[in-house]
Amino acid sequence: MGKYIAKRIGLAVIILIGVSLLIYMLSMLMPADYIDNQTAAAVQNGSMTLEDVMRLKELYGLADKSFVGILKGYFTWMTSALSGDLGFSFLYGRPVTSVIGKYVWISFTISLIAYLLQIAISIPMGIKAAVYQYSGYDYSVSVFAMAATSLPSFFLAALLMNVLSIQLGWFPLQGLTTATRIFPAGFTFAKLVDMAWHLVLPIMTLTLLSIGGLMRYTRTNMLEVLNSDYIRTARAKGLSESVVINKHAFRNTLIPLVTTLSGLLPGLFSGAMITETVFAIPGIGYMALRATQQGDIPFVMGYNMFLAILTVTGMLISDLMYVVVDPRVKITK
Amino acid sequence: MNQSQNGFDNNKDFVSGETNAQEHVHAQGLAAQQEHLENLKAEEENYRVISPARMVAKRFFRSKLSIIGLLMIVFVFLFSFLGPILVDATWGYGETEVFKVPRISGLLTTAGFEGADGNAYQYYDKSETIVNFKAPLSFDHWLGTDTSGFDVFVRLMYGGRISLIISFLVIFLEMTIGTILGGISGYFGGWVDIIIMRIVDIFACLPGLPILLILSATIASIETIPAEHRIYYLMGILTLLGWTGAARLVRGQILSLREQEYMLAAETTGIRTSRKIFKHLVPNAIPQLIVSASLGLGGIILYEATLSYFGLGVPFPRAAWGSMISLADPSKGQEILANYPNMWVPAGLLIVITVLGFSFVGDGLRDAFDPRMKR
Repeated sequence: MGKYIAKRIGLAVIILIGVSLLIYMLSMLMPADYIDNQTAAAVQNGSMTLEDVMRLKELYGLADKSFVGILKGYFTWMTSALSGDLGFSFLYGRPVTSVIGKYVWISFTISLIAYLLQIAISIPMGIKAAVYQYSGYDYSVSVFAMAATSLPSFFLAALLMNVLSIQLGWFPLQGLTTATRIFPAGFTFAKLVDMAWHLVLPIMTLTLLSIGGLMRYTRTNMLEVLNSDYIRTARAKGLSESVVINKHAFRNTLIPLVTTLSGLLPGLFSGAMITETVFAIPGIGYMALRATQQGDIPFVMGYNMFLAILTVTGMLISDLMYVVVDPRVKITK
Repeated sequence: MNQSQNGFDNNKDFVSGETNAQEHVHAQGLAAQQEHLENLKAEEENYRVISPARMVAKRFFRSKLSIIGLLMIVFVFLFSFLGPILVDATWGYGETEVFKVPRISGLLTTAGFEGADGNAYQYYDKSETIVNFKAPLSFDHWLGTDTSGFDVFVRLMYGGRISLIISFLVIFLEMTIGTILGGISGYFGGWVDIIIMRIVDIFACLPGLPILLILSATIASIETIPAEHRIYYLMGILTLLGWTGAARLVRGQILSLREQEYMLAAETTGIRTSRKIFKHLVPNAIPQLIVSASLGLGGIILYEATLSYFGLGVPFPRAAWGSMISLADPSKGQEILANYPNMWVPAGLLIVITVLGFSFVGDGLRDAFDPRMKR
C-alpha cells in the first residue's frame, strides 16, 4: 500500500512538472501582455521610450522570449513557486496567491452547493432509471439528462436569465450583491440573504449542466450490478425487491460513485469560468478570464498551475479511493 | 483470421448452406437428398446468419433514440450544407449581406408631478426613431435581422457549416494522432509506452478552457496570420487538447489484443511491425474509436461555440453559433437578452440539437457494437 501511494505521488509530481513547463511556455507565447497594453499609450505620446518598456519587462522576467530565455524564466518561476510565491498580478496589483485566496471561496461555495445538489438529484434518478430499465421513466430521464449536458453553459444561463430574471423577476440578473444597496462593513444577515439570492441562478446553471453525466454514470453502474449473480441469489432467496435494490445493489453501486465523486472534490476550487463570467460573479474563474483577456501573465500562469494541481490531486484521490473503497481490489505491484 | 476478429470491416455473409449440404448428403438417395435440401432451405429461413456489419446496423436501428439522433444529425447537415446553396441560388445572398429594414421604434416615457397650482399633472415624452436593424420576423427574413442587419436564419446555416466542418476535422485529427501514438505505445510497451503515456497524462492534465483561451488570444494577436486562417490554428489547438482520450483507448485495446493467438499467427508470418499494428491490431479497436468519436463530436462543437462566444472563433462578419448567442450577453446590455430572443435562442437550440444528436448516435453505436448487450 505504501509503495502504491508513493508510486502514485511520484507520478503526480512528474505530471505536474510537465504540465507546468507546458503552461509556462504557452503563457509566455501570449504576445499582448499587460505591460505592452499599459504602456502603449505612453509610448505613443513619447513619455516612455521602448527601452523603458523593455526594462520594465526585464524586471518581471518577461523580456527574453527565446526558447532558452523561457526555460531560464521557468526555472526562476519554479523555484519561487516552490516556496509559495507565484509572482505578482499586474491586473489586480497584489500577489497571485492572495488574489486566488481571496476569490476562490466564492467559487468554492457555488461549486460545493451545486455538487451537493447534483448528488442529491442525480443518484436517486439514476438508480430508479436502472431499476426500471427501458421504461418510460428511464427514457424520459435519460433524454432529459442528455439534453441538459448538451446545453452550452452560456446559453442555459441566458435562458434562465431571460425567463426567471427578466420575465418573472424572481432573481437578480447579475452580480454578487445588489449594486444599489449599501451594506455595512463586515458580516450581516441581510447581506448573506442578498448574496444567496444572487447565487441561485448560477448554482442552478451548474447543477443542471452536471446532473446528466452523474445520472448516466449511476445508471450504467447500477445496471451492471443488477445483472450480477449475487443479485439473482438475493432475489432467489426471497428478499423483498426494496431490500435487494437498496441494500444489496446500491452498496456496490456506491464503489465507483464514491471513487469518482471524491476525485471531483479538488475541482470544486477551480471556479466555473463561463458561468461566473455570464453572471458577473467575482469568483476565481471570472478573475482568471479577465486576466487572460488582459494578458496578465503572472496571474494566468499561477491560476493555470493551481488548476493543474487540483486536477492531479483529484486523480490521486480517486486512485487511492479506488483501493480504499473496494476491498476486492488488491495491489499487485 | 484477422477478418473474423474484425467485426467491422467484414461484409461477407456467413450464409453458405449450399456447399455444406452437398457434402453431407453425398451417400444418400435422391429422394432423401431432395428432402434434406428442403429442410435446409427451411432452416435457412429460420436462422439467417448475417454479417457483423449488418448485425450492428440492425441493432443500431432497433433503438428509437439512435434513429432520432440520426435524423437530428441529418437535419442539421442538410440545414447547414444544403441551406446556404439554396439561399444563394434563390435570393443570391450570403451570411454577410446587410439588410436595412426600416421600422419606427417608439419610446413613451411618463412621469407624474404636482404643478404650482396644486393640480396633478402627467408628463408624457414620446420619441420616435427609425431603426434599420433588428427587424422582427417577417416573410423575407424568417428569424428577423440582427444588430448589424444580417439575416439571422441565413447566418444560422453558415454558423452550422463552420461548427460541423471544424468538429469533424478535429475529431479525425484526434483519432489519427491517438491511434498512431496509442498503437505504438500499446504494441511496444516498456520504455516507449512509459514515455508516450506520460506525455498523454501531461496533456490530459492541461486545464482545457484557460489554455484554449490563451492560445486563441495568442493567435488572434499574431498579425502575420490572416483572420480567415485563424480557424485552422484553432482546430490544431482543439486537437492538441483532445487527442489523449483516443490514445488511451487504442492503447488499452491493443494491450489486450496483442496477447491473443491470432497475433502469434501474424508474428509467425514475419510481416512488418507497422503492418502488425495498423493492419491487425488497430482495426479491432475501430468500433470503440467510432463510438468515442461520435460522442466526442458534441464536445468539440461546445468548445467551438464557447470560443466564438468569447469572440475568439471565426472573426466577426462571419457567422458562428456561439457568437450569435453572445449577442444576449447581459454585460453588453439587456436589450437583446430581454426583447430579441429570435437572435440568440435558435442558435442555442441548434447547438443542443447537434450535440444531442451526436450523443444519441454515439450511444446507439456503443450498444450496437457491444456483444454483451442484453435486451
